[in-house]
Amino acid sequence: MFQFFNEDQKMLQKVVREFVEQEVAPHAAEWDEKDVCPVELWPKLGQMGFFGIFVPSQYGGPGLGLTERNIILEEVSRHSAGLGIAMMTHELAIAAILNFGSEEQKQTYLPLLLSGEKVGGLSVTEPTGGSDFGNQSTTIEKTEEGYVINGRKCFITNSHIAQINVITGTSGVNEKGRKMISTVIVPEGTPGWTAGRKENKLGLRGSVTGDIICCDVKVPHNCMIGNEGDGTKIAMHTIGHFGRSGMAAIAVGVIKGCYEEGIKFSKERMVYAKPISNLQAIQFIIAENMVDLEAGHAMLYNACAIYDRGQSCVAEIAAVKLFTSEAAARASKRTIDLMGGYGIINEYPIGRFLRDSMAIIPSGGTSHIMSIIIAGTVCR
Amino acid sequence: MALNIAVCVKPVPDSKHYDKISIDPVTKTWNRTGIPMIIGDLDKHALEAALTLRDKFQGKVTVFTMAPESTRDNLVEALAMGADEAFLLSDKAFAGADTLATSHTLAAAITKTGPYDLIITGNESDDGSTGQVSAQLGEWLGMPHIMNITHLGYQEGVIELSVVTENGSVNYEVVLPAVLGVTRKVNKPRLTNVMGMLKARSKPLTILKAEDLPVDVRQIGLTGSPTQPGDIYSPKMGRKTEEITGSPEEIADRIILELRKAGISV
Repeated sequence: MFQFFNEDQKMLQKVVREFVEQEVAPHAAEWDEKDVCPVELWPKLGQMGFFGIFVPSQYGGPGLGLTERNIILEEVSRHSAGLGIAMMTHELAIAAILNFGSEEQKQTYLPLLLSGEKVGGLSVTEPTGGSDFGNQSTTIEKTEEGYVINGRKCFITNSHIAQINVITGTSGVNEKGRKMISTVIVPEGTPGWTAGRKENKLGLRGSVTGDIICCDVKVPHNCMIGNEGDGTKIAMHTIGHFGRSGMAAIAVGVIKGCYEEGIKFSKERMVYAKPISNLQAIQFIIAENMVDLEAGHAMLYNACAIYDRGQSCVAEIAAVKLFTSEAAARASKRTIDLMGGYGIINEYPIGRFLRDSMAIIPSGGTSHIMSIIIAGTVCR
Repeated sequence: MALNIAVCVKPVPDSKHYDKISIDPVTKTWNRTGIPMIIGDLDKHALEAALTLRDKFQGKVTVFTMAPESTRDNLVEALAMGADEAFLLSDKAFAGADTLATSHTLAAAITKTGPYDLIITGNESDDGSTGQVSAQLGEWLGMPHIMNITHLGYQEGVIELSVVTENGSVNYEVVLPAVLGVTRKVNKPRLTNVMGMLKARSKPLTILKAEDLPVDVRQIGLTGSPTQPGDIYSPKMGRKTEEITGSPEEIADRIILELRKAGISV
């Protein structure tokens, strides 16, 4: 297991685990089956200090880092990756406002999001794709009174539950004739903002994913995050660091689930009067799960440490997202193999882990996109 | 009236890892290597009872434990949960203590750092489960002591208690100071949050040695322990298979014989 957490980080891990065992683990299967996001947990999660742990004290946070943020997501996702991605996305709104917002925006929105009083969301992906970021069709048109947003976003986590939304769109063209991407905050209850189609997903159920439809959504000028045209920078930083490292932490949580459930099952399941953990074929599976968990931990918290030191680490985070999401799929498949017939029975969580891991791969960018980001960075 | 409350907790091996505990057949000691220590479950209820009273009536909650220095983090956890101060009684001279010597040492620390209006403990520990320390503390401190508490209230200097008995329950009103042993029914312990966790590091945590306490050395540690554990061993889990052959009657006779040999009345 990862050995380099400091005393506070170790205690945080324990604190989150205790909370998760009481408030998350007993309900995870039900949230998955009914595909409902436990929004009622938000104030509790806020009270525990689990939202925006990286936010400095002047805005109500404890001022810790990306490492601590991902310790929380890993522990939550050990039992519910669906809740993990909903929390992760809530924090994308927090990160975008914290890192690029005005003082007024920080003072207005961060306390609401940190306390869990309001749910946050970030809307970027469009039907034409999420990775073709510069080609967005959603428009953010400047008027005398403010900005008018029109367009449709899809595959948006927290689509139907988010109350404070951050959205990207094009706001004209720059001097080179390229589309300018901007980012605005859409406050709760703004007319014209609606959630559309809700997706019935294979995995990461327990989080809501769907369309966002903007029909003449009018927001005042002070809702623009940064300057017009800063949208690419804001979205790339937020998704590149907080989004993908969060997805990696969720994947590590799933791998940990596979590792722990595999050991537990193999010690309990008796064949010929002996636990199957005595069988070499089973030991190979447990060993491979441990290798993936160790590698995932080391890569994830190394990348987080780089960010917490104040450096950009988009390539390192893309690498850990690529590795851990694929490793989660491998670990859950092989743990199903370990469990034989029991592996496909929904009384056990392993089937859910497999479905979750398949949904983690495209969330925040597919493995191929991660490879392109890595190569594009290291070959630059 | 602000309440000055002492809570005694015991770090115990995490029961989720009990399968890893082994017993040295020669020294008869537990091998707890790699098993995390946690604050005993009932002790968390005791701490919650103290924190609830302090939050409502003001005052201070001080936590005590007698344990090796490696359990310091368990006390930090108690501080993170909301306690104001902690004392870790740790000295080689305390090693091998039974409940009487343990309670003597705890009582000495409470006397030295007090006075306290209330001393609250869990009804029993998660590992030894003797349920003796709470009452012994009361005797050492010369205070009334009550255990098996399922409800705890406070009003104008008087503690109101419900105590479970074999046939029902008894309500008491207790004038302070007193020693109380609580059950799980008394409350639901709060979870530690991130802010509590960060504040804990700056709260006072003091390690007290034997020389720091008003103890009689003949009454602490192994020397001060009138009781010693008897034999301790791991149950044999091995299985033996024997095929019984013969006519059905012969097989039945043999089965009955073997059952009787195993002490089963047939």
